[in-house]
Amino acid sequence: MKFTWFHLMPYRFLPDDFKRKYRSVWVDIPRDLYDPRVGHKLYNEYLDELEFADKMGFDGLGVNEHHQNGYGLMPSPNIMAGALARRTKNANLVVLGNSIALYNPPIRVAEEFAMLDVLSGGRLVAGFPLGTSMDTVFCYGEVPATLREKYREAHDLIVRAWTEPKPFAFNGRFTKLRYVNLWPRPLQQPHPPIWVPGGGSVETWDFCAEHGYQYSFLSYFGYKAAKKVADGYWEAMARWGRDFNPYSLGFAQVVAVAETDNQAERDYAAHMDYFYNRCLHVHIGFVDAPGYRSPASIRASLVGQINKQGRWLREGLTWKDFVEQGYIIAGSPRTVRDGLREAIKSLRCGHLMLLFQIGSMPPELVRKSTEMFAREVMPHLRDMWPGYEDRWWPKRLPADEMAVPGSTYADPSNLMADENKATPRANEASK
Amino acid sequence: MKTVLKLSSGRHSVEIHETGSGDNWLMFLHGAGGLLGAEVFLDLLGRDFHVIAPHLPGYGESTGGELIEDVFDAVLFYHELMDELGIGSAHLVGHSMGGMLAAELAAFSPNRVKRLVLIASAGLWLDEHPIPDFFSADVRELPAMLFYDPNSPTARLLMSTPDDTEALTAMYIERSKRLAMASKFLWPIPDRGLKKRAYRIKTPTMLLWGESDRLVPPAYARAFQTCIRNASVEIIPEAGHMLPYEKPEEFCKKVSGFLRS
Repeated sequence: MKFTWFHLMPYRFLPDDFKRKYRSVWVDIPRDLYDPRVGHKLYNEYLDELEFADKMGFDGLGVNEHHQNGYGLMPSPNIMAGALARRTKNANLVVLGNSIALYNPPIRVAEEFAMLDVLSGGRLVAGFPLGTSMDTVFCYGEVPATLREKYREAHDLIVRAWTEPKPFAFNGRFTKLRYVNLWPRPLQQPHPPIWVPGGGSVETWDFCAEHGYQYSFLSYFGYKAAKKVADGYWEAMARWGRDFNPYSLGFAQVVAVAETDNQAERDYAAHMDYFYNRCLHVHIGFVDAPGYRSPASIRASLVGQINKQGRWLREGLTWKDFVEQGYIIAGSPRTVRDGLREAIKSLRCGHLMLLFQIGSMPPELVRKSTEMFAREVMPHLRDMWPGYEDRWWPKRLPADEMAVPGSTYADPSNLMADENKATPRANEASK
Repeated sequence: MKTVLKLSSGRHSVEIHETGSGDNWLMFLHGAGGLLGAEVFLDLLGRDFHVIAPHLPGYGESTGGELIEDVFDAVLFYHELMDELGIGSAHLVGHSMGGMLAAELAAFSPNRVKRLVLIASAGLWLDEHPIPDFFSADVRELPAMLFYDPNSPTARLLMSTPDDTEALTAMYIERSKRLAMASKFLWPIPDRGLKKRAYRIKTPTMLLWGESDRLVPPAYARAFQTCIRNASVEIIPEAGHMLPYEKPEEFCKKVSGFLRS
């Protein structure tokens, strides 16, 4: 079982009357609610929290991409992963991910992920989300009817760019390139593991099953609501004749740990309320742009994550409701252990993306919850899914080849094959 | 009368609503919402013209929407349809997105268009008059965007939703399918370069607008007039974007009068 400490990087200071006064936290959220001086502190606070999670022994550090969004301040998660690559050394960097259809040309993603992979010594998980309706259609102006086709084309281009040994020409419908020739190329071979985060579209399950990618269901509504999606995914895998392996499924879950169940409520209830009622306050018209979901996905009635019904259901929900309906797994270490064990078994997932910093939660509470989880929950769940090989996890450099920031190195050309070595004239001259 | 015509290329089946008869052809191109089964004005126009109103592929029972990726594919589709029906040239009447496509067709093939009527037409963009985003508008906002009187019986009829869950799901899927096709011409900005091609429209053109159109405001009538050489503007009071539905008699009088003059 593997645990990734996932950060959304929300703005912690949306006003109390936000929900009443504004129609959406996403797309057209008023620009002046963001104070960049506060933002400076927040970015550094959040990176500190991710670095703390590395020290606490989490397997992965997760970041993701959102645009024009009050609860996700990372238009470019790659910048955060770059910062983490230098200041962390144990955890892998789970970038979930880059919305590959939005980059022009998409080779940009192949390049930046290759940079991150090389910089981090092969610690990168490369996430390829389609991107939400808000991010792709409403913020980035994509035509919803062609988004999936553009996504598939970008995927083909990136994977070819990572794997083909010689420059090639690419004649796509959306991207045409004469010379595709990646410099630098990724460190992991043939390329970093690819994870596809999704919101429950049936097409995405088939895409993952077809290519053998990991599927990560990113929802904020907990494992009980996610059961239907997980079952759909496993059915798709069976249809494609794939062996069952829990590590091919990831799931995001909000968690919060305190000394007792009651203490957890006292510590965290206000921040959960901030998250569910302010951060997830999204204008209904942005959630499902016409053509964003296929008729099949609509018919499968896997309603969008932030749908009308969900919003109605959330009105007036209390801490008790969040816990009982499984939106959050929160309480004493024992409660969280039991809840997570049930979630892991019921979804049959080998990767958990855990959300500790929720809504307005300040750093001292984030650290408390994280540390208690690392000491009193994680060790008890480690042994779940014995005997399965995780083929979706980075293969990093051996320890003796890993660079240590700030230290001096032996001449790296010693690593090279003899025929590739150049004569270092400048160095000789300076001797 | 409803027919479904399979084109001999095999690429599309086309659902066509047909009224009237004879050789005086009028082709009506619907807006982004599509034909709604409440087009009284098509029956009225059928008294004077042989009217065909095809559903664009992706709408109703018309198939092959995936083959139409942009304005040029749509223009070729209408050529193919006219060929199939033996229509050498026709009057073209286009509403909203249909106006945009009708204007494109007239710019590409001036000799296939007798006269042109653009109603509340899309296709241009004025920074001073940004067209509201109706793709993200929720059902409570739409009536005020579309109608002069959002509470009129016509508005209520066209905006009504079924109570039955099955029917509601079917309606949601059909709406999603229609607007997905429309997004190829209209999203994120309904401008695909018509302005630079409009000089080729030589036929007499009427620009017909509802005075209270809050979706594509009448300023756009003037904008079309500056780029189409032989165009007149008609503004109908107490009408909005859905002018042909809101004021069918007055609408048809204007259109017939113009086409027969």
